[in-house]
Amino acid sequence: MVDMTRSQTNAVEVRGLVKHFGETKALDGVDLDVREGTVLGVLGPNGAGKTTLVRCLSTLLVPDAGTAVVAGYDVVRQPRQLRRTIGLTGQYASVDEKLSGFENLYMIGRLLDLSRAEARRRADEMLERFSLTEAAKRPAMNYSGGMRRRLDLAASMIGQPAVLYLDEPTTGLDPRTRNEVWDEVKRMVSEGVTVLLTTQYMEEAEQLASELTVVDRGKVIANGEVDELKAKVGGRTLKVRPIDPAQLPAMAAALRETGLDGVAGATVVPDEDALYVPILTDQQLTAVVSLLGARGFGIAHIGTHLPSLDEVFLAITGQKSTAADEITEEVAA
Amino acid sequence: MSTTTVTKSPAGAAGPAPVRPVRTDADGRIGLRANLRHIGALARRNALQIKQDPESMFDAVFMPIIFILLFVYVFGGAISGKGNNDVYVNYVTPGLMAMMGMNIAMGVGVGINDDFKKGVMDRFRTMPIARSSVLIAKIVVELGRMMIATAILLGMGFLLGLSIHTSVLHLLAAIGLSVVFGASLMWIFILLGLSLKSAQAVQGMAMLVLMPLQFGSSIFAPTTTMPGWLETFTDYNPLSNLADAARNLINGGAVAHSVWMTLGWSLAITLVTAPLAVSRFRKKT
Repeated sequence: MVDMTRSQTNAVEVRGLVKHFGETKALDGVDLDVREGTVLGVLGPNGAGKTTLVRCLSTLLVPDAGTAVVAGYDVVRQPRQLRRTIGLTGQYASVDEKLSGFENLYMIGRLLDLSRAEARRRADEMLERFSLTEAAKRPAMNYSGGMRRRLDLAASMIGQPAVLYLDEPTTGLDPRTRNEVWDEVKRMVSEGVTVLLTTQYMEEAEQLASELTVVDRGKVIANGEVDELKAKVGGRTLKVRPIDPAQLPAMAAALRETGLDGVAGATVVPDEDALYVPILTDQQLTAVVSLLGARGFGIAHIGTHLPSLDEVFLAITGQKSTAADEITEEVAA
Repeated sequence: MSTTTVTKSPAGAAGPAPVRPVRTDADGRIGLRANLRHIGALARRNALQIKQDPESMFDAVFMPIIFILLFVYVFGGAISGKGNNDVYVNYVTPGLMAMMGMNIAMGVGVGINDDFKKGVMDRFRTMPIARSSVLIAKIVVELGRMMIATAILLGMGFLLGLSIHTSVLHLLAAIGLSVVFGASLMWIFILLGLSLKSAQAVQGMAMLVLMPLQFGSSIFAPTTTMPGWLETFTDYNPLSNLADAARNLINGGAVAHSVWMTLGWSLAITLVTAPLAVSRFRKKT
């Protein structure tokens, strides 16, 4: 059941977790592990059951069947002990908007049984760390989206949790703010926190997670290391735009001749005057660029993009995800 | 499970020294002192919300002023005879104390319903605190609001000619009694606030309950002129009991029956609705 070849213990173990809302099977027998000190990305479309999973693991919902053990505590039988070791940052800001940043963090410190002085010190420390010192006295309702998420993360970190759940932490944020949040998450992980991250974005999963579980309609449809899954999905796609669009067919032909898995699937997209080349490894990327250079093709622009969630699903299941229309887990919340 | 021998060293050895005190209560139960501290921290939150949004105090500040002026000058003469408004002040002010409590309590339900639409409730419910402490903190702050409303009401009463015929201790007992009853009412409205979908529904439902209880009582007029069936209803109406108790504590008169009835009602309401409200709160998803 558990992969014993790995040296570390699991901080999160979920087996056969089921949660129904009436007819809707939000979770339909989910198994997953998160190794201590790592980030597991749970990737899936809206309504796949990601939020329900996080709510079950954070004692907000009681599952209908199955077991989940987090930091050694059973989520159903030992919720009180579990709450001391977890932190949660949800899709919706879980801070009090009318209170200032400082007051939010101070309150959480006091709720975690810190002394007044200790709670004050810890709140200041977290404000500093999440670059919120200047906004410390302003009500959170006046914060920007990014500041709110940072305050949310700071609130989750006051108690130094062993396991942190991040439920779509960057949904609705602009790219720059998203990068800020990612940096903070990476920093927390480097300090030894175990993270279960749910996301709709392959890019986010690749940035933060070492392992990935893909869920759809309450079921796990794939899991493994991010690199393994990427290879399965077909890795990245390289987009090449030549100086002279007339050379596109010749470039595609040259790449096909290599016979390399992936690269040989190069296709011309006339609308964009570009060549799309699937690449499975970094070596292939180098090979493509040097081959095109050696043949004397002039390149105006080159870039890679990760497969979208749709492409991931297509590659794994051979069909598009349909979950989004059918299951609306938010309704039950 | 045998595979979960997790060493619990949050934040890892490399992080800062753990600040959370080591706890001895292995089953994670919340001790009384910790519970009081949590209630204090959450009550502080509710109080800070008021500071941030001073308009939320309007009902507690202006309602008593408007009500006492209206009742004393509109009904006072009709009920106690022209020019006898000051007699009516002594009649209606204790009754209005009971009514203030009810109106403030109604606001609690709306507030809880609103609060639940925000993510911060999720955070509280994933923290190692007794879930009831969130509700109790709300009640503590609302009782404070109720005290302010009562103080303003009595202040206005004194301006309009209210006189205490007994003693300050009796007055304090009357205030204490309305606080106890108000606290029990808050559990009803918390339960409503947690059960109904929208704040408007809570308001509508509350008015439906409030109106007959308020006017079918001895708050505004003596019950002796009412038809027999209504008199029976008002005699068991807890608001009548509280109004009678407060009135006799301030003006003198037999208090035993109405005081015991009020305390009995308070106890019964709390015993029934508080556990229901806490369990609702716990199960709410």
